[in-house]
Amino acid sequence: MSRSGEHFHPLSRLLHWLMALLILAMLFVGVSMVGDLSPRHTLLVGIHKLIGLALLVLVLIRIGVRLKYGAPALPGDLPALQRLAAKASHWLLYALMLAMPLIGWGMLSAGGYPIPLHLPALLPHDLKLYAVLRLAHGWLAYLLFATVLVHLAAALVHGLIRRDGVLRSMLSGR
Amino acid sequence: MSTPLQGSARLARLAAIGLLVTAVAAGFAYAAGWIGPDRLTPKRIIDTFMSQAGYYPGYRKNHAKGLCVSGYFQSSGLAAPLSRARVFSQPTVPVIGRFAIGGANPLAPDANIPTRSLAVQLRSDDGELWRTGMNTPPVLAVSTPEGFYEQVLAMTPDPATGKPDPAKLQAFFASHPESAAFRQWAKDYKSSDSFANSAFHSINAFRLIDTAGNARYVRWRMVPVAPFEPLPAQVNDKDYLQHDLQQRLGQGPLQWKLVLTLAEPGDPVDDPAQPWPAGRQEVDAGTLVIDQVYAKEAGACRDLNFDPLILPGGIEPSADPILAARSSAYAESFNRRSRESAGLGERS
Repeated sequence: MSRSGEHFHPLSRLLHWLMALLILAMLFVGVSMVGDLSPRHTLLVGIHKLIGLALLVLVLIRIGVRLKYGAPALPGDLPALQRLAAKASHWLLYALMLAMPLIGWGMLSAGGYPIPLHLPALLPHDLKLYAVLRLAHGWLAYLLFATVLVHLAAALVHGLIRRDGVLRSMLSGR
Repeated sequence: MSTPLQGSARLARLAAIGLLVTAVAAGFAYAAGWIGPDRLTPKRIIDTFMSQAGYYPGYRKNHAKGLCVSGYFQSSGLAAPLSRARVFSQPTVPVIGRFAIGGANPLAPDANIPTRSLAVQLRSDDGELWRTGMNTPPVLAVSTPEGFYEQVLAMTPDPATGKPDPAKLQAFFASHPESAAFRQWAKDYKSSDSFANSAFHSINAFRLIDTAGNARYVRWRMVPVAPFEPLPAQVNDKDYLQHDLQQRLGQGPLQWKLVLTLAEPGDPVDDPAQPWPAGRQEVDAGTLVIDQVYAKEAGACRDLNFDPLILPGGIEPSADPILAARSSAYAESFNRRSRESAGLGERS
């Protein structure tokens, strides 16, 4: 999966930054709408479902792009523990990016709610299943947000302190 | 190729990174309402219901006591020019519904509660869903969720009497003049002896959208075909309305007319406390037929959230803030009772 080049493929970079923007927006929209009683709640829930579907499509494309083009190798002088943390956090990010929209879709199905765009239900209408998925959707969102923060901090440490080309590999092709 | 930064510049940049991450996390906490100004949330409203009525795991947190029913809606076709929603033209639309009494106590005696409700889901053959929760009062006492919350607090039962403190209620109504229409309704209202002869109102207004995209504001109500009979002065059966419903449905189906009231320009379409002037045009959209009732805590309605914003294309919400708050609070109630039924529920 790793390729020898120093930079991410342009399509990988486009997907990364587009999804970064959408995922951050989703996390903020999601956490704010559940505590909101105002007409903004209605608007935010609608937006949340549509961006969620868009992110599901994007993550599937992204997994394909990653498998095809790979990622630049980590710097050779990176300590083993940091190397492990980098690998593990990326696996976690991919897993959550895929799981969150699927859980959202499954949760609406299990709750007996209509699915946007008349998509079919993923799961049967089942209140207990809904409860598990709804809880999972919330807690995994916090985990995703925490992982994004760690990812952001690590990227900045690579770019501003280690200056090892890791941040640049996602910023530019040069 | 890697030339790591050292010394004080390294510390400064580390601090800047730490500050940025903290700022993003603080923004998230603010968006969540964990920090910042105190806001009225769906959670607080549901907490208040529960603290007043008691903890009844698995039940709806308001209108907790009810029965599932089913039947169908026969559209008259008369509302089809007003809305492109398929329910107004499809001859027969399957219906899942629920009759309930107001309040968060699932064991309350039926006859003591003046507010009754009918919630229905219509599933048209284009796959669209329409859920609407309707109540016996045609208006609310308040125009905003904050006002509603104050009303709930004013109605907190006094531990000594088990009833709301009249002085607190009086003070609430005095500080909420918008409650005039509701108070008049409460004064004149005579409870009927059955769900079958109760009228149920949408309370909030909605927009009907026709095939050309024109919008018209409406409220709706279910008008019973069964004639009014007053509730007897003395009722000993705690489940009086439920037994009555089972008995009537044992004899045959029950019917309501779905009547749409059309707003004129200038009518208060975003204020559920204000009635519209008399004489507004009305449209008989069709007949709701209920022909089956289910046992307690059974039936298809039980695991549904009758969120009034689950609407088919051709019906849209008004900007009424209570309508949005209902949707948000119903979701909180649904989430909690789902957790409780799965054994994952704590009290919050």
